This record gives sequence, C-alpha cells and structure tokens, in this order.
Amino acid sequence: MKKLFLSLFATILFSTLSIAQNRTLPSVDVKTLDGGSINITAIENKGKPIVISFWATWCKPCKKELNTIAEVYEDWQDETGVKLVAISIDNSRSMAKVAPYVNASDWDYEVYIDPNGDLKRAMGISTVPHTFLLNSKKEIVWQHKGYVDGDEDELLEQIKKLAH
Amino acid sequence: MLKKITYTFILSFLTLNSLAQNNSGEIHGDFDLNMQSYQEDEIIGAKAADEIILNNAYLNINYTKGDFAAGLRYESYLNALMDFDDNYKGNGIPFRYASYTIDGLEVTVGNYYEQVGSGLIFRSYENKGLGADNAMDGIRLKYSPLKGVYLKSFIGKSRTYFTYSDGIIRGADGEINVNEALNLKSKTRIIIGQGIVSRFQADINPKFKLPQNVAAYSTRLSIINGGWNYSGEYAIKLNDPVGSLTTEGNNYANGNALMSSLTYSKRGFGIVAEMHRVDHMEFRSERAKEKQYIINYIPTLTKQHTYTLLALYPSATQTEGEFGTQIDVFYKIKKGSLLGGKYGTKIIFNFSRINALNGGNSYLNDNREHNPMFISIKGEELYYKDINLEIYKKINTKIRATGILAKQSYNKDVLEGKTPGTYGIVESTIAIADISYKIKKGHTVRVELQELLADGGEGSWSMGLAEYTISPHWFFAVQDMYNWGNHDASKQLHYVNVNCGFLKGANRIAIGYGKKRAGIFCVGGVCKEVPSSNGFSLTISSSF
Repeated sequence: MKKLFLSLFATILFSTLSIAQNRTLPSVDVKTLDGGSINITAIENKGKPIVISFWATWCKPCKKELNTIAEVYEDWQDETGVKLVAISIDNSRSMAKVAPYVNASDWDYEVYIDPNGDLKRAMGISTVPHTFLLNSKKEIVWQHKGYVDGDEDELLEQIKKLAH
Repeated sequence: MLKKITYTFILSFLTLNSLAQNNSGEIHGDFDLNMQSYQEDEIIGAKAADEIILNNAYLNINYTKGDFAAGLRYESYLNALMDFDDNYKGNGIPFRYASYTIDGLEVTVGNYYEQVGSGLIFRSYENKGLGADNAMDGIRLKYSPLKGVYLKSFIGKSRTYFTYSDGIIRGADGEINVNEALNLKSKTRIIIGQGIVSRFQADINPKFKLPQNVAAYSTRLSIINGGWNYSGEYAIKLNDPVGSLTTEGNNYANGNALMSSLTYSKRGFGIVAEMHRVDHMEFRSERAKEKQYIINYIPTLTKQHTYTLLALYPSATQTEGEFGTQIDVFYKIKKGSLLGGKYGTKIIFNFSRINALNGGNSYLNDNREHNPMFISIKGEELYYKDINLEIYKKINTKIRATGILAKQSYNKDVLEGKTPGTYGIVESTIAIADISYKIKKGHTVRVELQELLADGGEGSWSMGLAEYTISPHWFFAVQDMYNWGNHDASKQLHYVNVNCGFLKGANRIAIGYGKKRAGIFCVGGVCKEVPSSNGFSLTISSSF
C-alpha cells in the first residue's frame, strides 16, 4: 500500500518533468442559463483573451468584482477583444436566482452554472472569487484568488499583455 | 482491495503516459491548510485544546490527459479543528479516482460526487469548511446516446468521516432536452428528467420486518421561454423505518418533497418566486438517525446572507417537514434618472417564510397514523421569516455604499433542536451600512456598521468592521461584535477579531487573532464558512 503510494508520487513527479506546455481547461460540463449543458472546453473567443471568473450570488466580493468590471467591460472589449465567462457555483438553493440576478445587473458576460462543484474541483478552487486568464490558445496563463478594490486594474494589465 | 486496484490503475496509466507519449498530460491541484490555536475563555464557553494547536490540511492532485483523468486527495487532521467531528482523525487518502470518456460514454471508478436533479433524492458533495464530505466510492457511468439525451447510473457506498456506509446506494437518472433531442426550433424550451435512487441494507432487526431495499424517485420539469423560466421537481421516498426495537420508534410512512420556482427577468429587472413542501424526506446511507449519514439535499428556501448580523440567526431546512415560500426581486434604476443618479442604483428585495406542516410530518405504524394537509399556512407554527431590502449605490468614482434593512423571525427551539417552549421565537430588526472609499489607485478603506435589535435570544448586537486593502497583495481588517443587549450583564461582551493577509497569484496566506462566531465569514475579498473559535489562526490556500 505504502509502496504503491510512493511509486505513484514518483511517477507523478517523473511525468511532470516532461510537461512543457501550458495549462489547459479540464473537460467538464457546466449548465447554461437556459437549462442546457456545455463542455467548458468549448468556450471560444476567436483567438482573443478569455477571463474565467468563479462567483456566487451569495458572495459579496465576487459580485463587487463582476459589477466593477461590468462598468468598464465595453471599454475592455474595444481595447483588447477580451471575453468574460462568469461561472456561478450556486447550488440548487440559489441556482434559480442566477439568471434574474445577471439580467437585472445588466451583465454582458457569458454565464454558466456549476451546481455540484465539478468544474470548481477540477480547477482546484477552494474559495470564490477566483479568476483565470486564458491566452489565444485557451491556455491558463494567469490566475488570482479573491478580490479587493483595484484588482481589476491588474487583470486589465495582464489582458493587455496578451492582446499585444 | 479497491484502493490497491485504483492505485495500480492510476499508476499504469501514468507510467504509460510518461514512457510512450510525447504529448504528456497535465497535473494540477490545490492545497489548503487551516491551523488554529485554542485558548480557554470561560465567559464565551471556549475550551482550550490539549494539543494547543489543531490543524486540518488537504491536497488535491488531478492528472488529466485528453479524455482521461485520475486524482486523489490527501487529508490530514492532526488533530481536527474543534468544530470538526472527532472521527476526522489522522492522515489518509480517502479520495481517489480514475475516469475516461470515449464516444459519449464516461466511466468513473473510485470516488466521485454526484447529484440527481436538485438533490431531493440524492446528493453527494463536499464542503471543507463545514466538515461535510459524503463522497461515493464505487462506479459511475454517464452516457449521451443522442443529442439532448443524458443518462447516468451509479453504484457505491457513501462516505462518513473515514468510513463507508453499510448501505449500498444505486441510482440512475435520465434527462431529455426536448428541443435538442427533436431538433425543434421552438422558442419554448422543455427539459424533463427522471431519477431513482435505492439503498440496500440487510435487515437484522430481531423484532420487525424492515424493508431491505428502500427506493426514492424524483421527476423534474423545466419550461423556458424568453425571460420566463418554470422549474419544478417532485420526489417520493418509500418507507424507511430507522430500525428501532419499539413500535413507536419506527415510522413506515412514505416521504415526499415538492419544489417549484418561477422566474422572470429582462435587462435591469428580475423576479423569482419559489415554494417548497417537505414531508418526512430525510434519506440516509444506512438506518441511522445521525445527520452525518444524510445522502439527499433539500435546499433551504431562504436567502443565504453574508453580513454577520444578518446571518446571526440562519435558517435551516427541517427535512422531516416544512412548508415555505420565497420571493426575490432584483431591480436596477437606470443611470441618469432622478433616483438612479449618474451611475444607477440597484435594489434587491427578498422575502421568505417557513412554517410547520399541519399536525407534523406523515406518520404510520401500528399505533399512529397521520397525513398532513397539502397546504396549510395560517395557524401553523412559524419556523422562520425574513424580509430584507438592499440598496447599492455608486456615489462617485471614490465612494460606493450598500444599505440593508431586515426583519427576521427565528424559531430557536425548532431550528436549534431545543425542547419546545424553551426560547420561542427570536424577533430581530437589522440595519447595515457598508461604505467603501478609494483613497488612491489600489488603496481602499471599507467600513461596515451593523446593528441587530432583539429581545429574545442573546439580545441586541452591534458590529463594526474596518478593512484596508492594497491591491493586489495586501489586506488588513479589524472587527468588533458587541453583545450589548444581552439580558445577562456578565455576557455583554466584545468579540474582537484582527486579520491580515497576503495574496499573490494562486497563493493566499492569512493570519488572524480573536474570537469568532460560526458562519460565513468574508474578509479581504474571500468568503468562507468558518467555525467559532478563540485564538490565533493561520490559513494557507494555494492552487497549481
């Protein structure tokens, strides 16, 4: 048992050495706001950067981050062509509130729901908000835990690096 | 045995991968550490720990390569934090899995989390902060034979702490997205689903004949048209007596639950109306009474508050019986209007009310039979009521403000499992102001002032919080909760708490000192459900 465990770790380390490419999105299904489902690897922005932001209707800093970005989102899009994908981790307690909240808030984001945390676990997220930035090949090149006022400036700088 | 097989399985895939392929897979994961010191405080009833320091830690590792995935979680409780059950003890790898997908068929062996519909008949999930983890160990298959048709089935045993249940859980679920399946271009979208879950456990009761196989069914429907969305789910659980040796202890009645929601939204406006009725619907992984064995989820029909004093008296679903309704309204007053000002104003209204079933939950045995009326509100015992209004306004480029007013009624006896008539209903009125001020680029001060007025329970509270954040790396916060209205003068205490932290990319390190109450705790931009405590704390959260 112990031996197996050790050799597993050794193999993981060994195979990590040969990893050269960037991190990609895991193949996990999420729910769309109209009840359908989509594999997260299918999100697309024609080679422009994508921001993935995990949030919940009960999370204050998450809503603050997404509301703040919403105010400048059009400018960001004009400047960099970025697309923001907001993934709600609301479970069946508050899932019904996601679409009304998003619509009422006037968000222009692509919004999906991860009701039992499948994508959250696959992407190694323990707390929300958690934001990822993807490059033209949909590889994760930057990530940030939490949100405090002003964090959107750093995110924009990172997006600009990719856009130019 | 299964452990060994899984490891060998993972191992051989990894070895194959590293030897034979140029295009290697990816390894990612996350690490969490929660360390806490415990000092005795007789007044608030906090106990010192013999170990002085207690520590919980987790490491998740996920390996993926194309459509293959494998992973494990190492958990360490040396010893477990005080609000965790003593049964979380020592180190181990209680979670490991391997899965692959080919031509629409997904096969998972080992541990997995799964949910049928809204969870009324089955949900396995984890929440580290709450110490909840009822992962399954077994086999799961998911298959999509046609566009818009989703099938899944699973079998396994349900985890409680470091052990697995006696009962074997089997389940199957089918969902049809009618428009996708029939390639309809209709504006109205319809999704239907049907699930079944069954538990087998041998009957060794010497006195009563107990059902060895207990099934639960649920049917769900969603109809979506433009801004409208109706969703409903109805579940039945067949009779499942707990296996008592006395007739009175066994309830042979079937259980049932209904949840229903109607929402409408358009730009700037959204409304959600929900109801649910729950009757004798606790479903456990074995014939035990403890809540730790529950394998289904009846969503609580109230708003999940994050401000401390709004969440001081939180509601919880009474899975044995309750009737509830909830309404949410979201409205954004347009920019440039009289009330909207330069940036617009956001208003959120929420109302919820939960009461007992007429005469209690369904009951059936040789001595007693009871079937509650389907809907009965007037005259039934109130469990919980909450009316709250939130207004958010950006005043200028530097100042943002949130104001909340709420009235809550909290049935302390029922919601905390006390003897009826001990405390009665705690009526509270709550006001909150949350103002943030941007000093200069990256530097922000935020202040929260909260007030809760109540006669019952612990009486009135005040709370103040000041937070200073320097984006993107630092946060500092100090807060004081003061129970000035406690009827017992010796308990009119201050709960002071100091926190600071450092965030960089995928890492977050925070230290804190003070007395905390249990609840959802948000500081420095991160929300987490935390226990009550008195002492120092260190949290490290990292993902790779």
